[in-house]
Amino acid sequence: MNLWRDFPALDQAVHGKPLVYLDSAATSQKPRAVIDAISRFYEQDNANVHRGVHALAERATAQLEDARERVRRFINAARADEIVFVRGVTEAVNLVADSFESDRDEIVVTALEHHSNLVPWQRFKVRVAGVDDRGDLRLDELEKLIGPRTRLVAAAHVSNALGTINPVEKIVKLAHDKGVAVLLDGAQAAPHLKVDVQRIGCDFYAFSAHKMYGPMGIGVLYGKAALLDAMRPWQRGGEMVQKVSWESATYQKAPYRFEAGTPDVAAAVGLRAAIEWLSGKDLLEHEQGLLRRGIDVLQTIPGVRLLGAPRERIGILTFTVEGVHPHDVGTVLDQEGIAVRTGHLCAQPLLERFGQTAVVRASLAAYSRPEDLDALGAGLHKVRETFG
Amino acid sequence: MTDLYQQTIVEHAKRPRNFGPLPGANRGAQGVNPLCGDEIELHLRVEGDRVEAATFEGAGCAVCVASASMMTLAVKGSSAADAARLMQRVRDLVAGGDGKNLGEIESLKGVARYPARRKCALLAWRALEAALAGEATQVSTEL
Repeated sequence: MNLWRDFPALDQAVHGKPLVYLDSAATSQKPRAVIDAISRFYEQDNANVHRGVHALAERATAQLEDARERVRRFINAARADEIVFVRGVTEAVNLVADSFESDRDEIVVTALEHHSNLVPWQRFKVRVAGVDDRGDLRLDELEKLIGPRTRLVAAAHVSNALGTINPVEKIVKLAHDKGVAVLLDGAQAAPHLKVDVQRIGCDFYAFSAHKMYGPMGIGVLYGKAALLDAMRPWQRGGEMVQKVSWESATYQKAPYRFEAGTPDVAAAVGLRAAIEWLSGKDLLEHEQGLLRRGIDVLQTIPGVRLLGAPRERIGILTFTVEGVHPHDVGTVLDQEGIAVRTGHLCAQPLLERFGQTAVVRASLAAYSRPEDLDALGAGLHKVRETFG
Repeated sequence: MTDLYQQTIVEHAKRPRNFGPLPGANRGAQGVNPLCGDEIELHLRVEGDRVEAATFEGAGCAVCVASASMMTLAVKGSSAADAARLMQRVRDLVAGGDGKNLGEIESLKGVARYPARRKCALLAWRALEAALAGEATQVSTEL
């Protein structure tokens, strides 16, 4: 599989070395098809949606709604009106935190959450189900935390810091058995796993286009229709209303009641193109093979310690280099043309659980190649030479 | 290998000078970089207008620790006004200015090419500024 060629940004030199992009968990690069779809929208179809009667307005509206339908199929939602366009997972979680009503005041999260699925909940009482030393969720702990005070369970489908794939169907079952709804953060899952929201059974599912080969600035909140329709509007303004007087307004049904203002139609078109690009490609096997190679490479370098060893994981390799600060590792690798993430990975409490304040993360994607991991290995030898 | 990790920097990072507590310290400040978790604590013994001794503790990246180490050497015996002048020169240096007559500190020159790392180089100096101003508090790279 040579998908690398589909991504123009990968074909460049950085500090005089060929770029090795290992920061896809932060954001993926974009295939030519996505870039072209966005350009085409602006070159041919640009107009505001859901209001004009002219040809361009109708084309733009049709494209937005086609994208919604394509997203529906992508995650196998029952209905297109269960797909709300948002800016990304952060906005989706904030929307649910604001609009999902309940008189209960506890949110159960897992220790694997990104800050975006933790901080929005901190207005409630947050209870955290821990992980073991491998970085696998303690399901028994989660079960005990769900009780009569639980408003919602909010869990990562896949951890951005350790790559752990959470047992989401089991989580949903535990929560539903106690009458509690579940929101899943699918930011790291959507680019890698087949997501079927009906099979998982979750009540809400959120993901961001930019991590799955689509553009920045758009994401999806899936919600079961009955729940979405019962939720109060979030932001108010144009698009989301039915009838407006000076004093009041009546609101549209979902998803429009949650889509105030002009949407980023070009981004929706780009997201659709990303889904088209992804469809029919079996990336998991390719990525799992690279993951194993990455683990092998890292394990041969003295002083490199991998964080966690989840039983089921995606291509995320988080590690430290003994005696060298992660930022110094990142800068030396950058000099070699290798892009990795360094720092707390927006998962400070989780890193603390593993005794770290900062780490290095190499993350894989469809376009990753075995030689990228070999380059990482060589780069880390350079790190050890520099600070040896 | 790079213009950033000069031998002087690596050497100071591995064996920082004046590292540890300071008996008789009468000024101090903590410097934190919330983005990467760097945290250093600066101790000063100031008599009259002079910095008699400076030490630091904590952990950070090579740039941060080397800069702190060189700073404790450079400010020893300086007046507050000298220290303030030196601080300004270091700020200029990591922004691309010249490092003439700065001795070892000139090795921080490479930081100018790494905007994301300037904060690392300046953390200890910001702590020095706070400590000399008598604000025995915490300074952050993000304020």
